[in-house]
Formats: sequence, C-alpha cells, structure tokens
Amino acid sequence: MNKITNNKAWFLVLPVFFIVAISAIIPLMTVVNYSVQDIFDPQTRFFVGTEWFEQVLADRRLHDALIRQIIYTLSVLLIEVPLGIAVALTLPRKGWGVSASMVLLALPLLIPWNVVGTIWQIFGRADIGLGGYVINMLGIDYNYAQNPMDAWITVLVMDVWHWTSLIVLLCYAGLRSIPDAYYQAAKIDGASNWAVFRFIQLPKMQSVLVIGVLLRFMDSFMIYTEPFVLTGGGPGTATTFLSQFLVTIAVGQFDLGPAAAFSLIYFLIILLVCWVFYTVVMNAGKREEQ
Amino acid sequence: MSWMAWTPITAVFFSCIILMLIGMGIWQTVSPTVPRRGFLPLTTTRGDRLFISLLGAAYIHLGWMAFTDAALWIASIIALFWLIIVMRWG
Repeated sequence: MNKITNNKAWFLVLPVFFIVAISAIIPLMTVVNYSVQDIFDPQTRFFVGTEWFEQVLADRRLHDALIRQIIYTLSVLLIEVPLGIAVALTLPRKGWGVSASMVLLALPLLIPWNVVGTIWQIFGRADIGLGGYVINMLGIDYNYAQNPMDAWITVLVMDVWHWTSLIVLLCYAGLRSIPDAYYQAAKIDGASNWAVFRFIQLPKMQSVLVIGVLLRFMDSFMIYTEPFVLTGGGPGTATTFLSQFLVTIAVGQFDLGPAAAFSLIYFLIILLVCWVFYTVVMNAGKREEQ
Repeated sequence: MSWMAWTPITAVFFSCIILMLIGMGIWQTVSPTVPRRGFLPLTTTRGDRLFISLLGAAYIHLGWMAFTDAALWIASIIALFWLIIVMRWG
C-alpha cells in the first residue's frame, strides 16, 4: 500500500494546539508545580515533595467525598440511562408530536446549572415550594435542608430532571437510524417486543449510549454548581461531592498545595475512566465495521 | 514564568515528558508503528502503550503513597519495570 501522507495539514492544528496549551496544559503544569510546594505567596514557597499527596490520600473527608461521588454518579447513570431509553422508545415517530416532544425534552438542557439549582431549591422548600409543600401535605416529612436522605433524593431527582433528556435525545437519534426493513423482518419472524428491543434496537443504540454514558459520567463526576446552589453540600457534609470539597480546600481554606495534589488525583481518576470509555467506543466502532 | 511556581524537580519531570513525546515523534517518522496485540486486552500502537504505562506509573505511585510508608523510589522502580513490560510485551 503506497499511501501518500501529507503532514503539512498538521500546521492547521497549530491554533488549536496553542489554545489548548494556554487553557489546559500550562494550568495543569502549574497545578503540578503547586502540588509539591507549600506556597504562602509567589515569593515565599517551600518544596515539600510528596507530602501533600500523602496528606490528601490519608484524608478521611476525601475518602467520604469520593465514596459519595461514586454512589451519586452510579445512581445517576442507573436511573437516567434506563429511563432515557424507555422514554426514547415511547416517543412518537412522525407527526407534530415529534417536534413538540423534542422541544419539551430540550428545555431542561437549555437551563443554566445555577438556575436549575435555584429552581429546585425553591421547588423543594416545605414552606413556599410547590414540590416540598405537596409532599408534606401528603403526610411525608420532607425537608432537604435538614434530612440527609431528603437532600440526596432532591439532588438526584434534580439531576434526572436536568439530564435524562440528553440520553433520550441521543437514543432517539439512534432509534431513528434503524431502517424499517429491520422491523418488518422481525414482524415476519414473529419476534416479541422484547426480542425487537434486545436484538435490533439495543445494538443500534449501543454507540450513542456509550457516548451518553460517558458524557453523563463526566458531568456527574464533576458536578458542582447544582448541589452547591441547592444544598450547599449539606446538611452537614451529606451532599458534599468531590469538586465542592476541592473548592473548600482551595478557595475556602486557601490550601493551594493540598488542593493541587487533590486536583491531580481527581484528574487521574477522570482520565482513566475516560480513556477506558474512549477505548470501548473505538473498539465498538471497529467491530461494527467488520 | 514565575507565577507558574516552577521547581527543579517538576521542571525535570516535564522535560522528560516532552523529550519522550519528541522521541516518540522521531521514532514514528523513522519506523512507523504497527498496531499489535500483546498481553493487554486491546490492540495498541506504540503511543497507546506509552500512555498506558505513564497512566499506570501515576497510579503505582499514588497507590504506593496510599498503602505503604516505604520509600517512594521503590514505586518508581516498579513503575519503570511496568513501563518496560508494557512497551515491550503490551
């Protein structure tokens, strides 16, 4: 195979490279520098080696925040993905219903994060919020500002409300790409609804689902604004997730060294998971080609 | 550059990474990589294997700091072996 490669095209990538360098690589290098020093001000700083890493890795608050974060992200994925698929399956395929449902589904996605937090903060309040008031009227003692369980449920429901649409839209796009011939063939074979879902719809949705899961994983793993506005990480530290814990160390206590060490560990976790997902997506694509 | 708070050790660390990338680039032009499958459960190119070994090295160091009090250079030696093993047989 004599493929001519023209490497001049790489010059066209240079602008992107500079933007990424300024917005990501240089700040990341700075974080690495900060993570091995005790910094009082730009002139007064001491090299401390891996001390911050050891301190952060042994920090119980970090372990708790990490466990909460993993439980939160898994719950989000376990609720949003099946729910998203189910909603996508029930959406109309033609007529005015398509545009109407698309607009309705896209609405939560268009709302800024802090506004979503504020909406749910007011909606969930027992005294003036519609949701909180109705739940209390039904005889259920609900107060997200005092009860950790209520706070968790509220944060989860908020995320489901905000982001399930993304999974729905992705799955719907996947479903629409299935030619009618597949369904006709299934009908001739007398396939049950479950068989149609299992052997036609699900495999066709696989690639979009992986992207959806990846996006939802990263977003929920780095979630900050919504729980911050809604519960402020409380009651106590019940809904303090990783990024909020990080902000408390970095901005609240101004412990730049430990915060930098913690950021790097956080970055490594996300890098590992994204790489695994990326590899899975690429391999799935290759398998489909074959 | 003073705002970046450089230290000699981190400067050496990043220089090594940059040298590795340049080295890999030159190696690629001299003899382009052939994707292959070793003991890792996926087909990898040379660059993939370097990424996997560097990421693995970071986790080896973190794990070492989290679970033992022993000197960190032992973890570095383990990471170096990991890098050689992945690059050669991965």
